Amino acid sequence: MQVFTGVERPESLSRWRSGVRGRRWAAGLGRWGQALRSPLGLVAATLLGLVLLLAIVGPILWGERADAIDTNALSQGSSSEHWLGTDSLGRDIFYRVLVATRLSVALALLATAIGVAAGVLLGAAPWLLGRRAGRFAVATINVAVAFPALLLVLFFAVIFGVGIRGAVLAVGLGMAPYYARVTSTLVAGVSGRDFVAAARTVGLGRTRILLRHILPNIGEPLIVNATLGAGGALLAFAGLSFLGLGVQAPSYDWGLLLNEGLNGIYVSPAGALAPGVTIVLAGLAFNLTGEVVAKKVGLRTANVRTAYSPVPPATGDEAPAAGRPDPSPVLEVEDLHVTVTGPAGPVTPVRGVSFAIGRGEAVGLVGESGSGKSLTALAVAQLIEAPGRVDARRLEFQGTDLVHTRGRAKGIGRLLGTSLGVVFQDPTTSLNPTMRIGRQLGEVVRRHLGKGWGEARARAVDRLRAARVPAPERRAHQYPHEFSGGMRQRAMIAMAMMGDPALIVADEPTTALDVTVQRQVLRLLQEIRAENHVAVLLISHDITVVGQVCDRVLVMYAGRVVEDLPSSELRTAARHPYTRALLAAVPGMKADRDRPLTIIPGRPVDPAHFPPGCAFADRCPLADDHCRAVDPALTDDGSGRRVACWHAGEPLPVVTEEDSVGVGEAS
Amino acid sequence: MSELRFDGVRVRFGTGRGGLIAVDGVDLVVPSGQVVGLVGESGSGKSTLARAAVGLAPVSDGQITVDGAPLRHGGGSRSGRPVQMVFQDPYSSLDPRMTIGDSVAEAIPRRALRGSGARRAEVVRLLDLVGLEAARADAYPGQLSGGQRQRVALARALAAQPDVIIADEITSALDVSIQGTVLNLVRDLQRQLRLSMLFISHNLAVVRYVSDVIAVMYLGRIVEYGPAEDVLGDPRHPYTRDLLAAAPDADTDTLTRIETDPVLRAIADAEPADPHHPPAGCRYHPRCPIGPLVLPERSDCLTIEPATDHPNHAACHYASDVLTAR
Repeated sequence: MQVFTGVERPESLSRWRSGVRGRRWAAGLGRWGQALRSPLGLVAATLLGLVLLLAIVGPILWGERADAIDTNALSQGSSSEHWLGTDSLGRDIFYRVLVATRLSVALALLATAIGVAAGVLLGAAPWLLGRRAGRFAVATINVAVAFPALLLVLFFAVIFGVGIRGAVLAVGLGMAPYYARVTSTLVAGVSGRDFVAAARTVGLGRTRILLRHILPNIGEPLIVNATLGAGGALLAFAGLSFLGLGVQAPSYDWGLLLNEGLNGIYVSPAGALAPGVTIVLAGLAFNLTGEVVAKKVGLRTANVRTAYSPVPPATGDEAPAAGRPDPSPVLEVEDLHVTVTGPAGPVTPVRGVSFAIGRGEAVGLVGESGSGKSLTALAVAQLIEAPGRVDARRLEFQGTDLVHTRGRAKGIGRLLGTSLGVVFQDPTTSLNPTMRIGRQLGEVVRRHLGKGWGEARARAVDRLRAARVPAPERRAHQYPHEFSGGMRQRAMIAMAMMGDPALIVADEPTTALDVTVQRQVLRLLQEIRAENHVAVLLISHDITVVGQVCDRVLVMYAGRVVEDLPSSELRTAARHPYTRALLAAVPGMKADRDRPLTIIPGRPVDPAHFPPGCAFADRCPLADDHCRAVDPALTDDGSGRRVACWHAGEPLPVVTEEDSVGVGEAS
Repeated sequence: MSELRFDGVRVRFGTGRGGLIAVDGVDLVVPSGQVVGLVGESGSGKSTLARAAVGLAPVSDGQITVDGAPLRHGGGSRSGRPVQMVFQDPYSSLDPRMTIGDSVAEAIPRRALRGSGARRAEVVRLLDLVGLEAARADAYPGQLSGGQRQRVALARALAAQPDVIIADEITSALDVSIQGTVLNLVRDLQRQLRLSMLFISHNLAVVRYVSDVIAVMYLGRIVEYGPAEDVLGDPRHPYTRDLLAAAPDADTDTLTRIETDPVLRAIADAEPADPHHPPAGCRYHPRCPIGPLVLPERSDCLTIEPATDHPNHAACHYASDVLTAR
């Protein structure tokens, strides 16, 4: 473990404090800044900047001219002297419109501030008050939201009286219910998260949790909503002034100018149009900015254009799988690359995977999260969506080329729909909750084989029975929520078998299940395989699961296959240090409780920064300079076993926690 | 550290027909300085029991005590909370907007340390304890790996100076390679600080590695309880035996030990019982390989709830002769 001397301590402490605030702001501004960099964002930002600039400098530069009364030029039309004409006291309308920006914008912002503040208070009340009183607060919000906002504004304007103060309060409070609803929804979302539960178990009060944990986490969407709302407030305010309920002379805003201009609209249309146009432009500025930011902030991903450079030509550093059990394999993959959008541009988490699956063979794909195993499976099943990209020298399913047709051709869709079954990790989200199980299963044969409903239903029941779902006729009538997790996974497997599959791709099919259910599902997969001669590609992070079910195991690390061996030899003949480390890291039922568990030091490689040499070198006890410089190719030993390691099969030094902490995951 | 005791604890969600009794009369003791491993499938109520102990689930009956003193969960108590919990998902249990130093500091009881200097020093000490550098204190959770986040979560739990720590599936969201480092840390901390701990997991091998005592939960009840060696070495409840058989132990190929008997097979493929409608009598009887579905003469399982005065406190009528029946 890292030990700190007395000298080091205060320094690291002060660094901790000082850096925090600045970086937090920088991070926040960074995302907003990025959002405004698109063409639309640029327009919105320029417009908003212009409005705000005008609000600040307008009265300073042109305040006097706007108020100057010229009795010689009463109610004139536009001329070279007065571009937009003059009002009934001979004041220049152009300057008055410019100067009115400040009051119009300031009042709109003030009203928005009042609305947001009142809304947040009201919206947070359900959280602060606890269950029973909270329910009352929610009901109050719901009732308030049900009133049209404009009606509320007029109602409050009458109550608070004519004038600036009354109008600001009226618009602010009129908007409050909307923000209250937004806040209470956001609060409800965040308060269900574990960190709020953790804060409660620590004993923090509700107010403190609200201020420290909840509000900072809902701040961003709230500000975006407020920006959108400011545009609305501007319009509402102009409306009130236009009706004579808002700003009163001698003060003036756009609404009042519009009102005055309207009287002379037949004499001098510009006098009425100008304030109208500015109202629209300013409202647009706020709304556009809000929309642009909402789009970016809402997505929560960096705005990086996905410009793919073509995958480098295949270097052929992977030996094709030799010793195939079948001369015509179900699936052949050669030099597969998958490129997806990462936080900082396109990354290629799968870089040159080659393997083949024979008829009826079960192959396991193992690796840590981020190793590219799931992407490999998705690529095989043609489920990588744009802008993700699949490249391969060869990707053949049942002898049909998939990589150059990309599943767009109709024949391919039908081939995949009937011959390739996919089972996902989470059966809760991969079944449509609004459709009966039988209908959902029947869809597959109806779509691809053109069968009628009756036939499709019979097939669904038959497949459910094959997946050992008890009482399949009855269960076919039920909805997914009426199934338990294990039964749902059986239904998924039944769905994968609806056609006449030659290959079932199962992506972590038992990870979400209990051990007893896991055993059942794995057994089912094995039986189906034996009965129907179906090949299985089983993806799992658990090497023991794969070892139990599969004939052959492919171990993936950093987007490559690093070892390929028969699963019967996992325990005895694994040669790659990573495979051996994975096996050792699983705590068995016979692990010595008095000794630390074996661990793999370090972290998996970030797909954005693959090292030039062997990707596992930093975590490998056998690594030397050669490993770090030159990436070992996956080589075949002649018997179908493949390994990518310069030191394959060499004895490993024993690694325990004591040796590795400080250089490993801990630091 | 202290003893955590559950006495007849019952947790009910909702009322009437839609109601669900997630925890039904659980008696469980976490002895001082020991680790009790709690295993069971999802829906067995093990997480609800844990949440009840930290005040996140309502206890409708019975009581939970620490060293004899009932737990109170009034809002914002200043005395700190005697039971702390580490959550399953380290990606959601840390506030993404707060540095990990702030997160840990927040948990330190106000009465314990006054002055920001002392509190910061304590944060550094706690981070050091879980194997994180002091400089990490100004990192945000987003900059840490899952294993490191779980270390922070442990440091935060320790910061509250609890009497008992509850670890709820703390390794199930982690990769195998990282799971080991967290388990080693838990084991080291427990031995170093003599922590009393309730360690919840669905993975028997993981529970076995850290626990002194093991409790097995099924449908809201504890069905077996005893020293780890006894429960794992000589399991008395058929459910415990089933769990053991299903454990992913690489040394034995569990899939080859499948019964060929169609009756046993049908039982093994049966759906887990619905917690909304727990079966009468022994709750395990619809899935039991030594129960009335296989041996019709054992009709008492259908009506009479089994007592727990058997070896390992196994709640099974035939706990004593469970080995001969198979």
